[in-house]
Amino acid sequence: MIEVKNLVKRYGDKKAVNDISFKVERGEILGFLGPNGAGKSTTMNMLTGYISSTSGQILINGTDILEDPKKAKANIGYLPEIPPLYVDMTVDGYLNFVYDLKKCKLSRKAHLKDVCDLCKISDVRSRLIKNLSKGYRQRVGLAQALINNPPVLILDEPTVGLDPNQIIEIRTLIKKLGKRHTVILSSHILPEIQAVCDRIIIINKGVVAADGTADEIAKSITNEHKMTLRIEGPTHTASDKDMIVTALRAVDGVKYVRADMERERGVYDYDVETDGKTDVRRAINALCSEKGWNILMLQLSDLTLEDIFLKITMGEQIGSDKGNDSKPRPRINLVFDNSSETENAASDKGSENAEASADDNGGEK
Amino acid sequence: MGAIYRREMGAFFTSGVAYVFLAVFYVFSGYYFYNEVIQSGYTDTSPLFSNMFRIVLFLIPILTMRLLSEEKKNRTDQGLLTAPIGLWEIVVGKYLAAMTIFVIAESIIFVYSIILGYLGDVVWATLLGNYFAMLLLAAAFIAVGIFISALTENQMTAAVFSMAVLFFVYLSDSFTERISSQWLYDIVVQLSFYSRYIEFTQGIFNLTSVLFYLSTAFLFNFFTVRILEKRRWS
Repeated sequence: MIEVKNLVKRYGDKKAVNDISFKVERGEILGFLGPNGAGKSTTMNMLTGYISSTSGQILINGTDILEDPKKAKANIGYLPEIPPLYVDMTVDGYLNFVYDLKKCKLSRKAHLKDVCDLCKISDVRSRLIKNLSKGYRQRVGLAQALINNPPVLILDEPTVGLDPNQIIEIRTLIKKLGKRHTVILSSHILPEIQAVCDRIIIINKGVVAADGTADEIAKSITNEHKMTLRIEGPTHTASDKDMIVTALRAVDGVKYVRADMERERGVYDYDVETDGKTDVRRAINALCSEKGWNILMLQLSDLTLEDIFLKITMGEQIGSDKGNDSKPRPRINLVFDNSSETENAASDKGSENAEASADDNGGEK
Repeated sequence: MGAIYRREMGAFFTSGVAYVFLAVFYVFSGYYFYNEVIQSGYTDTSPLFSNMFRIVLFLIPILTMRLLSEEKKNRTDQGLLTAPIGLWEIVVGKYLAAMTIFVIAESIIFVYSIILGYLGDVVWATLLGNYFAMLLLAAAFIAVGIFISALTENQMTAAVFSMAVLFFVYLSDSFTERISSQWLYDIVVQLSFYSRYIEFTQGIFNLTSVLFYLSTAFLFNFFTVRILEKRRWS
């Protein structure tokens, strides 16, 4: 449906997009994830023909966007980061304009009604766009993209500025749309991508840093096991701290222990990292009861997609010097910054935990 | 193209630009009609048209200033450029909308001709000749205005810059005699919008001038398309 080959966009010396390749199949919902300035919008602008690529090829439904832009563009519905709304028009006037602009052949009245119902803007159709709230504007922007039922929908940060209810509505809507359309959406909000997309591409500094389903990406990185403990020592002084750290380090399977802040008076938190193979919770519990210490808290902190995202996007040398090979990058190509002392890659255990905590994460946001 | 044209026509009226344009045009043409035509005691409308040159020069930038600059500023150009239409359709749609407003404004002339009809015999040949001369002038000026509007995101910049350019072209007539080099003199004289226009108001129909205005209009619309195209590549 969409095929992108070795896409490059150069602004002067700066490469905003550096050799991105991917394919999207019909009916797939693809999420573009990346921090601001990663090249998400640039890529989307190239996909929709708003800007041209420096090199590389984009095929929409088999049509090259540069060779036959009209035909390729007719297949795309695009919601840019800032919806292209004429604020001096009414919603109805604007949608009629877009209907004409796209040379839509569907029945005008019925089609516009369908689109408005789908985006839940039927009640504001006669209002001026400038008087609408951000949420409504965003939905008018989405409606605009849906006109003429394009097989491909490209949505650049569709939920920005919406309230939590609206975000959920839009997500549900996008999921629904994914059954009939091929959807590419971008976001820097992880739970959103997780909730909606079949597949995720993480873009950082203009290159694809990871490509796969949420599970695949989660599995590939949750090879570490971390927890936070709050242990009450006997004396309620700083001397407890060293003693407890030493004792914890001696537990089998523990790789790294670090005393954290004093959370309650005389009580400290300890960050414990294990080798990932051994469940050390019982051993620690036994240790504490033997010594007469009280465990006030035990919290597993597995890597969530959020952590992965941070790792991938904050890591320094990711991709930039590795993205030169012309062949497509493997599906999972995570590059970790292993130099930091706390983050030693271990086994691939803990994917269940990762999923669980990822879900928690989605719920919270 | 039809969609763009209809939207721009709507925008001219909802934004009030059309009303301002029409009102100012009517006020000044009314003034010149009274002062230069009725007071003169002749039914020749040429003085009205020759004076309106300066008014049109300052009014047309008002009409064209926001046509492309605002699209860029509000990012609505993203909607247009990603729609399955060509750049020519966008530019020409906007161009024709501006032309339509101008035709509405200029057609006040036919109201004046009715008044003149009561006072004497209307010389239709000069009136229509002048009418089309001004239309041609506007065709060229609007194309220049839209081109300048495509260069900036700020409509005030577009307006002031367009006025400056058009005014400079107008002034170029007054310093031609001070140009010493023959080839430069030839160029400036050939490019004079004003003397070509005044020729029409004097009753001379010069086909070269018609072609001059039409090709200027075409050329600047072409430049506008190139600017839009170039922006995608930079």
